[in-house]
Amino acid sequence: MEYLQLFIIILFSPLVNGVIKKVKANMQGRTGPGVLQPYYDLLRLLRKDMVISRVTSWIFSVTPYVVFASVTAAALFVPVLTTRTAFGVKGDVIALIYVFALGRFFLALAGLDAGTAFGGEGSSREMTVAILVEPMMMLALFTAAITAGSTNIASISGAHRALSSPSHLLALSALVIAIIAETGRVPVDNPDTHLELTMIHEGMILEYSGRYLALMEWAHYIKQMILFTVVVDIFVPVGIAQTAGFSGMTVPAVSYAVKMTVLAVLMAAVESTRAKVRFFQLPSILGGAFVLAFLALVTHIMMGK
Amino acid sequence: MALDQPVDLLRAFFAFFENMVVLNTFIAGSACILFGAIASLTLLSKARNYSYLFSSVGSLLFLAAGGYLLYAPAFAGAAIPVTSNFSFGFSFDALAGFFVVLISIVSLFLSFYSVGLTRGIRHGGYLSFFYHLLLLSMYGVVLSSNIVTFLVCWETMAVASYFLIVFDRNAEAAKAGLFTVVMTHIGTVFIIALFLVLARFTGSMEFSAMRSAAASIPSGARNLIFIFALIGFGTKAGIIPLHTWIPRAYPVAPSNVTPLMSGVMIKTAVYGFLRICLDVLGPGPEWWGILVIAVGAASAVLGILYAVMESDLKVFLAYSSVENVGIILMGIGASMTFRNSAMHPLASFALAAALFHALNHALFKSLLFQGAGSVVHAAGTRNMEQLGGLLKNMPWTGALFLAGTLAITALPPLNGFVSEWLTYQALLLGFKSSSVVVKIVSPLGGAALALTGAIVAAGFVKTFATTFLGMPRSEHAIDARESSPWMIASMSLLAFLCLIFGVFPGIPLMLVSPAVFSITGSSLDLDLHGSMVTPQATASLSTTALALSLVLIALAAILFVRLAGGRRRTVIADSWDCGIPALNSHMQYTAAAFTKPLRIIYKRIYLPNRELKVSYIVKPFFVRSITYGGEITPFFERYVYEPVMRGMHTAATKIKLLQSGSLQLYLGYILITLIALLIFGT
Repeated sequence: MEYLQLFIIILFSPLVNGVIKKVKANMQGRTGPGVLQPYYDLLRLLRKDMVISRVTSWIFSVTPYVVFASVTAAALFVPVLTTRTAFGVKGDVIALIYVFALGRFFLALAGLDAGTAFGGEGSSREMTVAILVEPMMMLALFTAAITAGSTNIASISGAHRALSSPSHLLALSALVIAIIAETGRVPVDNPDTHLELTMIHEGMILEYSGRYLALMEWAHYIKQMILFTVVVDIFVPVGIAQTAGFSGMTVPAVSYAVKMTVLAVLMAAVESTRAKVRFFQLPSILGGAFVLAFLALVTHIMMGK
Repeated sequence: MALDQPVDLLRAFFAFFENMVVLNTFIAGSACILFGAIASLTLLSKARNYSYLFSSVGSLLFLAAGGYLLYAPAFAGAAIPVTSNFSFGFSFDALAGFFVVLISIVSLFLSFYSVGLTRGIRHGGYLSFFYHLLLLSMYGVVLSSNIVTFLVCWETMAVASYFLIVFDRNAEAAKAGLFTVVMTHIGTVFIIALFLVLARFTGSMEFSAMRSAAASIPSGARNLIFIFALIGFGTKAGIIPLHTWIPRAYPVAPSNVTPLMSGVMIKTAVYGFLRICLDVLGPGPEWWGILVIAVGAASAVLGILYAVMESDLKVFLAYSSVENVGIILMGIGASMTFRNSAMHPLASFALAAALFHALNHALFKSLLFQGAGSVVHAAGTRNMEQLGGLLKNMPWTGALFLAGTLAITALPPLNGFVSEWLTYQALLLGFKSSSVVVKIVSPLGGAALALTGAIVAAGFVKTFATTFLGMPRSEHAIDARESSPWMIASMSLLAFLCLIFGVFPGIPLMLVSPAVFSITGSSLDLDLHGSMVTPQATASLSTTALALSLVLIALAAILFVRLAGGRRRTVIADSWDCGIPALNSHMQYTAAAFTKPLRIIYKRIYLPNRELKVSYIVKPFFVRSITYGGEITPFFERYVYEPVMRGMHTAATKIKLLQSGSLQLYLGYILITLIALLIFGT
């Protein structure tokens, strides 16, 4: 089973995005595309010819593979149904953030590779948002790690100490804000926009087409699902198995599906009820989240749990 | 020593024999470097660039001997008698061995680079001479056994680096050289003072004797020594706010010297701090460690915040050195807090993280400075706003610079990632401490490290992309050509080591652990079978498996898109230009534009000044021209250094009144002094 976790993430990540889109459409009074639409989109993109700018270097062609590999490698040490990990790949929350940083680094380079203003703008904003998000995310994860006595996600999840103290609620809220920012959703970024001046993620991948774009989109879905998984692993590990093998996986599978659906609906609700804020208002939102994360830590130390 | 068995006698004989071999290797290495210095002045001027090959042989010898020291029992080494009761002394232990290895690895590759870079330059002999002198004095610093030897080597290092900084003989270099000399000597004053205090209370000038007598030093004096060491060595290492000489000196020094200064010379300061505060003084009070973590965090965050604003390739890298020293200090500080609470295995772990990061920084920073040097050599400018698209003209240099960039940004699976991961873990283990202050400071240190990491990423994306990607921004960039094979070879080897040290961290940790043991007396508790497991099993990481899975997934992805998509055409076209044809290089994102959001968000730190001049034909409708200027305020220079310098200037002007040049007045001074002595002396 532990070997299949990787494929669960790879295969179901477009579905999660489809659900978010569908729920969002319904909340906005539209019918919206079916939940399988992301799969059709990926397939369509894979079968298209590519247009590549003559200004670009090999960085541009390597980036889709690096981005895809980096987010997928993270799936190897994030528990989905069971806390056992496969292939001896060991990693923790710090490794997770840095593996994502590898993908982001190449993504930002590729954004600047074509020599256009939009790509540069996207890269610049992406790196700026990362500067605001990473310390806060790290601090929130530290609070959870300190409770469990380990930074390994599997150990935190297996410790079953989730939400055992008020500090965890603070850390959870900081982490949810971090995830909204990391997955490029409203109010930080708008995943549906192609209006030049407002895009961040879409700006960086503007020059991509065909199979490269498919890989980029897919990697983005995978990253989103991994981040959702990390949140539920750490804060709501109810139902996760601690064994290997296939037996007794019904409960973990059902609870995981429920948890993902809830998070997807939550994301859709946030996106539908909030407006995207101006870029330079982000520091106050994300700074506020940093304060939450810091309070989580202090509460934890003062209360001793 | 009683030797009752012949086997022991034999072992002792071999130990003696081995020590002789090691000693002779050191002497031979030094001789090689001295030959290099002589050769640099005597060889035909066309062949002077080959004098660096002497230093590569010397470095190899030092590398072998230093590596031996890591696993041999410490032994007192050579002494060169000067007077009856004083001699230049050198001693050999694992800590020194580690730093000898660190210097040797960098200088070995750098000597190849230098051969390529300095071919046919004017006064190349002098350059090579002082390069060799600098190298030898650095070996001297880490191997010296008493304070006088240390200071003589330390000052030789300062003098040699001064002549290297002013090598280009222009106004900028002269100013930077002067600034460096002044700053270095302010640091040296503190180092001399701390040595005097140490010698006063321990009654010895030998480090080994000081160590055994250190327990008898009163706590006030210990605190004084610690503070002086932090200031004195911190000046050389470039901690904020004593960093100001670094962004001035590094950019103007010749391109084959900067890697030595940044990669290695600042590590001798780290060595000095470790030798005095951790080795000689031993465990200190809790606030020492916390202060070191705080200073480290401040240097890391502020260093990289200033770096990211720079559009000068070398100044950027110089500020990034300040940041990395900060990271090293955070590890050292964590180690000191653990030692204070007698958690020795954790102290070893934290120190290992710091030393590993010092080694890694030596590798990737010399790689990056070599890359930057190649770019400057090829394009003739350090300003990245005039570069761009160099990856096409300089494919090797570009790819190797990218490798250094990935390593310094701590991206897995390269070496920077592993040492930063260890530093995070060391800081997080602070939670095991019983002190509430440590419990809060350590995770905040971790958050500072995360902030640093994210800004480093932004800074290096900006630097690499503006220099190597996109369209060329000037003729400089269009005309740049690939560097010589010597230079590419050196950078390739460094990049290779960055990869190996990341994917197989067991190898560098083998170099680190004896040095750690020699300080903390507790061996490094780091399980390396399959994956790294931290002490008390708080986390595990396997970069080997991670690297392998990254490669395999990428290959699988390539295969998958081929299978699922089939053969498709790829059309090469122009970038998207919104329908306006002829996108040109001036429309690209610039380095300044890239960091504009940070200037706005951190405006309280940067204090940016903006200047907008508009001249009108008919005000306010028809504009003739707009001039825009913007700069950030160098806070410490303006609000710390300038007032001090102004104050000193004022004081000097006042004191100058005493020196009127009139003989009668001077005779009057003597008379007044004499009367004063007669009155008060009796």
